[in-house]
Amino acid sequence: MYATNYHRASSVEDAVNLVSTSDEARFLSGGQTLLPTMKQRLAAPSDLVDLRHVAAMKGISVSDGSIRIGAATTHAEVAGSSEIAKACPGLAHLAAHIGDPHVRHMGTIGGSIANNDPAADYPAGLMALNATIVTNTRSISADDFFTGMFETALDDGELVVAVEITAPAKCGYAKFPNPASRYAMTGVFVAKHGDGSVRVAVTGAGSDGVFRHQAMEQALAQNFSAEALSGVAVDDSDLMADIHASSAYRANLVKVMAKRAVTAAG
Amino acid sequence: MTTVSMTVNGRTVSGQCEDRTLLVQFIRENLGLTGTHVGCDTSQCGACVVHVDGKAVKSCTMLAAQANGSEVMTIEGLASGGDLHPVQAAFREHHGLQCGFCTPGMIMSAVDMINRYGGQLDEKTVRAELEGNICRCTGYHNIVKAILDAASKMGDGARVAAE
Repeated sequence: MYATNYHRASSVEDAVNLVSTSDEARFLSGGQTLLPTMKQRLAAPSDLVDLRHVAAMKGISVSDGSIRIGAATTHAEVAGSSEIAKACPGLAHLAAHIGDPHVRHMGTIGGSIANNDPAADYPAGLMALNATIVTNTRSISADDFFTGMFETALDDGELVVAVEITAPAKCGYAKFPNPASRYAMTGVFVAKHGDGSVRVAVTGAGSDGVFRHQAMEQALAQNFSAEALSGVAVDDSDLMADIHASSAYRANLVKVMAKRAVTAAG
Repeated sequence: MTTVSMTVNGRTVSGQCEDRTLLVQFIRENLGLTGTHVGCDTSQCGACVVHVDGKAVKSCTMLAAQANGSEVMTIEGLASGGDLHPVQAAFREHHGLQCGFCTPGMIMSAVDMINRYGGQLDEKTVRAELEGNICRCTGYHNIVKAILDAASKMGDGARVAAE
């Protein structure tokens, strides 16, 4: 790891000010991606601004179906929240299967979505749940937030403060983890919303990161069952291909995981 | 350079280190507590697991500066006097180690999962919870046996204490 300067932010304003002092400064949330990347010298921020002590960015609140998760809330906290388990069980299941227990104790929802790894779990969950990402300056819909592989709508120095979700009628998540890395080789989050609409978001498979699958959404809006997906074709032309799986294999996984997610949603 | 202070195994310690110093380096090199191991150094193997503020974390994936002001527990802090911690005793009893390199991380992970699940642990849960700890010798079987035995004994102990 190259030398860096550590700062501990005490508030959102403090964090934003600290990061603005250098072009090469970065926010440090749980650090479970950023620190390994720095250790490999693939990233070399001049300054790190630690967000783990910003009280306004922590915690979960649920009232009347409105869910707010602070950006510095860890995966373990989301997975272990009885309120999330009740209001949005698919999201609790998703959080409980990110990385391993030690990673879940440190990694945060805000860090995960700001990184937008194409195989990360949260982007699929938030896109299917039609979440709103709240930053220090504005609110962004998940559809607009995730703009491509490791790319988001965040401006330089803009900080994710919280995620807001309206509890869906039902939701489920299923992923096929890579047997070695445990990252999603394909993960599908399915959510049926209060207005009857259905959103299906896929991670780990798209060559440009998380995406929605409209044909599946339409099929499930008419008939919310795994069988409804049997006749839906999944085009493999924009899917990733690597040593772990061809794009055709991933296309099949998209359908299988979507069916499992629908079954999990109940 | 920065001054970092924390409580390690109940003792207040402080030391000078670079901002980029990893917690595991601080523990091993500044404090001389070499029970915490560096295995893969890429956040996968779990040989470096310690508890920070009561939660198991990979100390190779945390800066010492991030742990400034925290309470840290390492493998050296588990035994009380000459008595092994129940998880340590169970690993010895069930031959839960061969070369021993992964053992400190395995035991710190085991204590963390027993803390979180209490007597609710079963084999499937233990195996899933060990996802972040790699052992290249044992095939995990005796590690799982040791953790289940320790969990049941610690559960009994907790009940006795309550009665």
